Amino acid sequence: MDLNYIIAILAAGVVAGTPILYASLGEVIAERAGILNLGVEGMMLVGAVSAFYVGTFTENKWLGLLVALIAGGLMALIHAVITINFRANQVASGLALTIFGTGLSAYLGRGLVGIPPTSTFKAVAVPVLSQIPVIGKIFFNQDIMVYLSVILVAILWFVFYKTKAGLLLRAVGENPSAVDALGHNIFFVRYAAVIIGGMLAGAGGAYLSLAYSPSWIENMSAGRGWIAVALVIFAVWDPSRALLGAWLFGVIASLGLHLQALGVMIPSNFLQMLPYLFTFIVLVFTTRETKNRRSGTPAALGIPYSREER
Amino acid sequence: MNLKLLGSWEIKKANTSSALKKFGISVTSIVLGLLFAGLFVLITGKDPLKLYNEIFQSSVGSIYGLSETLVEMIPLALCSLGVSLAFRMQLWNIGAEGQFYMGAFGATYFALFFSDLPKLIMLPLMLIAGFICGGLWALIPAIPKAFWNVNETISSLLLNYVAYFWMAYLVYGPWKDPKGNNFPLTKTFPDSATIPVFGNTRISYAIFLVLIIAVAMYILIKYSKWGYEISVSGSSRKAANYAGMSYVKNVLMVMFLSGAVSGIAGMAEVSGVLHRLQQTISPGYGYTAILIALLARLNPFSILLVSFLMGGLLVGGFSLQTSGFPSSMVSMFQGSILFFVLAGEIFNNYRLVRKKA
Repeated sequence: MDLNYIIAILAAGVVAGTPILYASLGEVIAERAGILNLGVEGMMLVGAVSAFYVGTFTENKWLGLLVALIAGGLMALIHAVITINFRANQVASGLALTIFGTGLSAYLGRGLVGIPPTSTFKAVAVPVLSQIPVIGKIFFNQDIMVYLSVILVAILWFVFYKTKAGLLLRAVGENPSAVDALGHNIFFVRYAAVIIGGMLAGAGGAYLSLAYSPSWIENMSAGRGWIAVALVIFAVWDPSRALLGAWLFGVIASLGLHLQALGVMIPSNFLQMLPYLFTFIVLVFTTRETKNRRSGTPAALGIPYSREER
Repeated sequence: MNLKLLGSWEIKKANTSSALKKFGISVTSIVLGLLFAGLFVLITGKDPLKLYNEIFQSSVGSIYGLSETLVEMIPLALCSLGVSLAFRMQLWNIGAEGQFYMGAFGATYFALFFSDLPKLIMLPLMLIAGFICGGLWALIPAIPKAFWNVNETISSLLLNYVAYFWMAYLVYGPWKDPKGNNFPLTKTFPDSATIPVFGNTRISYAIFLVLIIAVAMYILIKYSKWGYEISVSGSSRKAANYAGMSYVKNVLMVMFLSGAVSGIAGMAEVSGVLHRLQQTISPGYGYTAILIALLARLNPFSILLVSFLMGGLLVGGFSLQTSGFPSSMVSMFQGSILFFVLAGEIFNNYRLVRKKA
């Protein structure tokens, strides 16, 4: 395998990891506030279909992305109402959101199957930086949404660890009753976190239908939402580790596609299993690791907050 | 108090909830769920009433529709009985879809490679194979859950995709019927490997399996010591350990049994309905089963009833395809119903009272 081939696989890995990165970052935000949202897969699908619909008929990918953000946020709003106000089981509500989103996207997308896109995100070489050998081709010859995802990681890292808002967010996930006692509004923080999380899942979906494989196909997220949820555990709820995990996953997925082109005699179905198996193994090992370090999981994750029971 | 959106109303804890009230809340939830999903249909300029009517007519509006609803009910009820057992222990096994595929895989192995066996040996053998394969597949996420507390929700779900591609490999590769015109399916099972059906319907005798397992599960959870252990372990791991129950052992056994019942569903589907393994053996039975278990509040007999209703919804969904709707849009209705059921749950445990000024 020559260097150019390795570079191509790594560059494709960044692209394959990007939709998962957006969704993962969204889930990190929601879980930091203490709300587990297993509806990522459903929110991604609704994001993908709405982005494709609007992007294609207005011939404006940015408008498509914007609508995907709104759609993802609205989907998350349902989860917020059910888990925050009605204090329902977060696992069950997230599952319902995924089931609902799968069906809704199939319904909205009936008629979009096979339609070619009119406006997509294409690779834009960053001046100067893209000329750096190896690194330039892998990281600086990508589409704008890839660059935006990296900037987002930096912003989130800064907000999480360097601002009061970030401190509040993390505190709500760790000890909501203490935050409540200090006079902060738990409900507002949790609502905001869940909705922003949903918007980012929607963005991940938009990336699928406007950049990764520009089209609409029923169920096109194919489990990426679940992989994003699993990566949050790998990331120990840290945005920069989410970036690492998403790209690592992306490389495994693109390796799977390229091995076949290289003539490796493994049936394609086994290569298709690879990302899910890899995520499963990563999940097992990182859980053991975080358990030993006794850190990571927000203490109030998954527990409905109610004043009378604090 | 803390339900801010309710304005001048507040919720108070209520310790009792009558059966009638529970039933009323469930029915209201289902109706509201259907209306909510209908709203999206309305927004896109279609008539939701027409859609409801078409689903209703095609599923229970004729003898044929009713029989097809029963055909769909069998895998749904079995998978749901499977997941409900795990849910009782607060184990979120959402890998029923994969466990269903693996059960179908195990049963197909005997149907294809031991085709000379007589029916009386073949069918039990396929049943055991489905049981074991489904159970073992559920053990894969159960082991890390039991020992290292690895999130079983995500791990069991990821394995659904692995199982799907494993099955795809078989029907596109080594198990593909050479005379199948290149379609991804195995050759038809020998007669000895098929479960008989009622008259000229497609309803197989596997429906008796559903009834037997439902009764057995009811007895297990209601009257056995182990059934009691499961619910105790589910509500508090500490309490269970204190009482001398092994959490690890119970996680492994419950997950195995849970997957095994879904595995039986896979066996019943290939042996009773399809008579071959093919790539599209499930329109998402394993996922719908989760919804059924929650709607039925994990009660085995309620699961039978709700499976019938959801089976009807699926049959209605298939018929919508002829009018240009994707059949998977049915999950929009399912998810929507589940939202309202979950939100409605609070009214079982709490009462709504007007705030005193």
